Amino acid sequence: MSLEEHAMSATADLMTPRVFRVRRKIRELRDVFTLVLEPSGPTEFSFAAGQFNMLYVFGVGEVPISLSGDPGQTQILVHTIRSVGAVTRAINKLKRGDAVGVRGPFGSQWPFEKAFGRDVIIVTGGLGIAPLRPAVHQLLAQRESFGKVSLLYGARTPNDILFQKEIERWRGRLDLEVEATVDSAPPGWRGNVGVVTTLIPRAQFDPATVIAFVCGPEVMMRFSVLELEKCGVSKERIFISMERNMKCAIGFCGHCQFGAAFLCKDGPIIALDRVQTWFGKREI
Amino acid sequence: MTTEDFKLALIESPFFRGMQPRHIHELATQAISERFPAGEFIFREGEDAQKFYLIREGRVTLEVLAPDRGVSIVQTISSGDVLGWSWLFPPHRWHFDARAVEPVQTLTVDAHWLRGWIEADHDFGYEMMKRIAHVMVSRLQATRLQLTDVYGA
Amino acid sequence: MERDQLQQLFRLLAGNGYRVVGPTVRDGAIVYDDVASIEDLPSGWTDEQDGGIYRLTRRKDEALFGYAVGPHSWKKFLHPPVIRLWRAQREDNGFQVNQETDEPPKFAFIGVRSCELHAIAVQDKVFLTEPHVDPIYQARRQNVFIVAVNCGQSGGTCFCVSMNTGPKVTFGFDLALTEVVEGERHYFVVEAGTEKGEEILGQIETAEADAEARLKAEQVVAQTAAQMGRQLDTTDIKELLYRNYDNSRWDDVARRCLTCANCTMVCPTCFCTTVEDVTDLTGEHAERWRKWDSCFTLDFSYIHGGSVRTSPRSRYRQWMTHKLATWIDQFGTSGCVGCGRCITWCPVAIDITEEARAIRETDTKKGS
Repeated sequence: MSLEEHAMSATADLMTPRVFRVRRKIRELRDVFTLVLEPSGPTEFSFAAGQFNMLYVFGVGEVPISLSGDPGQTQILVHTIRSVGAVTRAINKLKRGDAVGVRGPFGSQWPFEKAFGRDVIIVTGGLGIAPLRPAVHQLLAQRESFGKVSLLYGARTPNDILFQKEIERWRGRLDLEVEATVDSAPPGWRGNVGVVTTLIPRAQFDPATVIAFVCGPEVMMRFSVLELEKCGVSKERIFISMERNMKCAIGFCGHCQFGAAFLCKDGPIIALDRVQTWFGKREI
Repeated sequence: MTTEDFKLALIESPFFRGMQPRHIHELATQAISERFPAGEFIFREGEDAQKFYLIREGRVTLEVLAPDRGVSIVQTISSGDVLGWSWLFPPHRWHFDARAVEPVQTLTVDAHWLRGWIEADHDFGYEMMKRIAHVMVSRLQATRLQLTDVYGA
Repeated sequence: MERDQLQQLFRLLAGNGYRVVGPTVRDGAIVYDDVASIEDLPSGWTDEQDGGIYRLTRRKDEALFGYAVGPHSWKKFLHPPVIRLWRAQREDNGFQVNQETDEPPKFAFIGVRSCELHAIAVQDKVFLTEPHVDPIYQARRQNVFIVAVNCGQSGGTCFCVSMNTGPKVTFGFDLALTEVVEGERHYFVVEAGTEKGEEILGQIETAEADAEARLKAEQVVAQTAAQMGRQLDTTDIKELLYRNYDNSRWDDVARRCLTCANCTMVCPTCFCTTVEDVTDLTGEHAERWRKWDSCFTLDFSYIHGGSVRTSPRSRYRQWMTHKLATWIDQFGTSGCVGCGRCITWCPVAIDITEEARAIRETDTKKGS
């Protein structure tokens, strides 16, 4: 096969879902659940923290979902999904043993190589922690390669804190700074109340060299980025995860464009200086 | 705690950063240290606001009681923050309950005296107002963000 | 090559297994479709084009290529509007997916203009760049035989000169023709661009072009270049559009734009597609289809909760900024080849060259 033919057939394969099966379904929150998938037959799967798959439900449709598990585990695929539309609701109805189509992994990764020897600050909120959980696994797996590592997490209410047990476990480590906060809380809540941006000035990091990973609702990212810049973190060291409509996930359909970036290949994780012309502008 | 201890505490706090040494010194001579065990109220909504509190240690929640739904926590104030500003503006009444969530230590200054100084010495007054305005702006921006309910349902 | 000898080209191409497509008159327009002989070509027809206007009128001569471009572009063959990607069927405990085998015909394109060659090159960059190569486009593109034509006249909305894409054909062709019609004489000056082209040309009765014929051919091109219907200043156009996202001109065009998506359908470089998953009534069979899509639709930018570009203003801005500016960052060239189709086929005559001019004139943040 010529190189061209190889590229062509590889691309055709990327447009065709492979069948995986549901091994486990974990209910995380009221409308958020984690799906653990295993391959139907013998197949290799590896991904980098930050990447996503297109998950297909037979006859319903396809949706991009970030991988939310440990990149070190190559035998299973873990996705954390919020039930918001037709396809995600259909995924929610799947049971153990049911088949799911998988295309991927696609997209860019959290840039660890840029963070070697530096502090890392992770600012995330809501479901945004899902694509960052693999990053935390990765950071902890090579902990000695990085400086101070901070994880700041914001949620709507205490009931909306995702991966709470895991966050508490991370919080227990001496080599990780973890702070969580909620927008509003009932009485009895002994944690922080306030937006996640208020945690940024208090976090331990060297603003001149730190690498920031930010992921969450766009508004939350905008304000977090503002706060980071106020602290002296420059744009090329701030990495955000942008989301737009995805159809092909291989850079041909044009749907996922955000300014000049195709989020399926230049993103979803992208340095802020690369998209500063468009970040924060309306209707881009 | 000695005046020197208070001076150090003031110099280290983000709020008083950049203040002139003579102002720091004057504040330190009037400062006292207070402690509040976890769960205790530092002040309550409606009370007379006659103290300036700088949180040195611990966390404080600002709470409000609504008859139909009980107590809501509005915001968490942490060490290094100034707790409230109702002491500065008439009618000098606290607008929220402030409760220590963990043991809290404050640097407290009498608000009567502080207000008097702010009025009499406009240089000092300006420095204080500048800082308080900054705190208010940050809190307002954060509150607005809180209100937009970014995580959605 | 005399006019009538062109028929041999059809014979040779068909004989070599090509499916020959080219211009023909249908429904009041010159469209691209299967053509079997020179009888099918729009002999003696020309097009009058302006904003929102397209009309065929009779020429005084019987030129075969005496028109500009119509609503079709070659992308309808290279980048099919509708195509099935795979079929799937339910099985006992799951489903199986079968990729569609794609066996497209070998196409021969007759009458490709310089702007269209550039448009094909622009789409080559989109679809044939590593790491992903679109197999559907590649399968069609790799076997195409291109017979290009140097434009004998400019269309009413043409601005290839501004975009540096014509009118002279300079690359990407197997054969290039310049039609010369003068009184009784009607001939083509032919140039071969590839070995394939030379091979075919060698089998047609031709005479070596004399100096006069070559001169005539050059004059044809020069004449066309002087007749451009529109003009677009591309100086720093990327930076210009990047700093004018909030220009009030977008509100102006939004008042007129119907978001009908005509411009994206006729544009030879627009490539956006969507993917549709469908089932039959039994629910046992599913298929995935790929179809042309347009950034002008509300659905195009839909993410959970709503669309990002809800206003027509933002959608027109997206299209034009992509075409003239972000395309450059993405693919290294402009996305526009100056063919003028979007101007002609816009029902309300929105003119990309006029919009670009207006933005430049009201550019409030001139910077270095």
